[in-house]
Amino acid sequence: MSEQTTSNLTTAGGAPHGAPQASDAPLGRDDLARLVARDIAPGSFVNLGIGQPTLVSNYLTDEQDITLHTENGMLGMGPVATGDEIDPDLINAGKIPVTELPGASYFHHADSFAIMRGGHLDVCVLGAFQVSAGGDLANWHTGAPDAIPAVGGAMDLATGAKDVYVMMTLLTKDGKPKLVPELTYPATGVGCVTRVYTDQAVFLIAADGVRVRETFGITFEELEGLMEVPLIAG
Amino acid sequence: MLEFKDTVAEAVAGIEDGSIVMIGGFGNAGQPFELIDALLQSGATGLTVVNNNAGQADEGLALLIKEGRVRKMICSFPRQSDSWHFDAKYRAGQIELELVPQGNLAERIRAAGAGIGGFFTPTGYGTMLAEGKETRFLDGKWQVFETPIHADVALIKALTADRKGNLVYRKTARNFGPIMAAAAKRTIAQVSEIVPTGGLDPENVITPGIYVNTIVKVG
Repeated sequence: MSEQTTSNLTTAGGAPHGAPQASDAPLGRDDLARLVARDIAPGSFVNLGIGQPTLVSNYLTDEQDITLHTENGMLGMGPVATGDEIDPDLINAGKIPVTELPGASYFHHADSFAIMRGGHLDVCVLGAFQVSAGGDLANWHTGAPDAIPAVGGAMDLATGAKDVYVMMTLLTKDGKPKLVPELTYPATGVGCVTRVYTDQAVFLIAADGVRVRETFGITFEELEGLMEVPLIAG
Repeated sequence: MLEFKDTVAEAVAGIEDGSIVMIGGFGNAGQPFELIDALLQSGATGLTVVNNNAGQADEGLALLIKEGRVRKMICSFPRQSDSWHFDAKYRAGQIELELVPQGNLAERIRAAGAGIGGFFTPTGYGTMLAEGKETRFLDGKWQVFETPIHADVALIKALTADRKGNLVYRKTARNFGPIMAAAAKRTIAQVSEIVPTGGLDPENVITPGIYVNTIVKVG
């Protein structure tokens, strides 16, 4: 990441609810993870989905005092385990060996999902195939006839957390926006997504429509031209 | 009546063909490999297995599937990079799949153990996993009716048992163990250590012995 991008990101992060702010280039995966991490309120209880959202944990600061939840039964999850720390009884939702932090707790699966389903998590961060303008999420199944479906905890997280942030690229590999008027992939949850972090813009799913909080390497007008979803500036 | 067995073969004896078998574990953590191997050796077949996944690589539940002992899987996440035995059976139409969101899986198991006849939850509303299910608008949200999952047998793994059958687990290997122990008619637990009655602090017991029928020490 260039120094130029860093300074623009810092500016954008410092005024998250102002007018859309352009930066020079689309954000890379790590820059996007850093931005999500910065937006999570201090003291939050957070669940990070498998894949790209896991990167967010690399950028949470001690001062934020964030507690990470993993659906397989733990609060206070620490970084990925290495070397002698690796313990097959201590894994995350992606089945990767992790560590425990002081103050951690363990609980069985029904309690763990009560934490998710009961609205106790402040934020969950998920990947997605598509998000609709109304906040519907598709991230569990492509719907392809030969695909073996697997859902895991995606539907519970999507419907249970107070805020659902999605991290994804704005466009598919063939250039189609993944933020769409209506889902074409099978739904994971209905009206559940509150924010969409992409490499080209951050979108807020608001009562009056989809707001563009900031853009990266693209202007608001260019973004409007790219997408079918009506956009609101700021 | 609580029993202590010397071998895993004795512990799983009497599991009948066609049984509904809950198997603890999330991936490999908490998976009772020795009990599963003994179940495979016992020859029991036509089983319905309840587990979060559908077996990894060439061990445990994956072998039970490979050998054609599992008629139906009830799970949340069958497809993994190393779930090739399940994938092959599924594509060949030789295994039935009931796919359940993980929180519904856990709560349906919990409900069975707690004598609850069903519950409404927002999870899955508006998705293909809720098609055909009763829905109601409750507490400001659309919710889906889900029913309990009962089992004939649960195979679980814990760290330590005492002579009253009380269990404690280890870290994230606890996962489904406590709720499956309550949901099954017969619970068989493999443990790393058995301590005398009074050897566990009652404040720290996770699964009370009332839920446990058979205990075997492994390793």
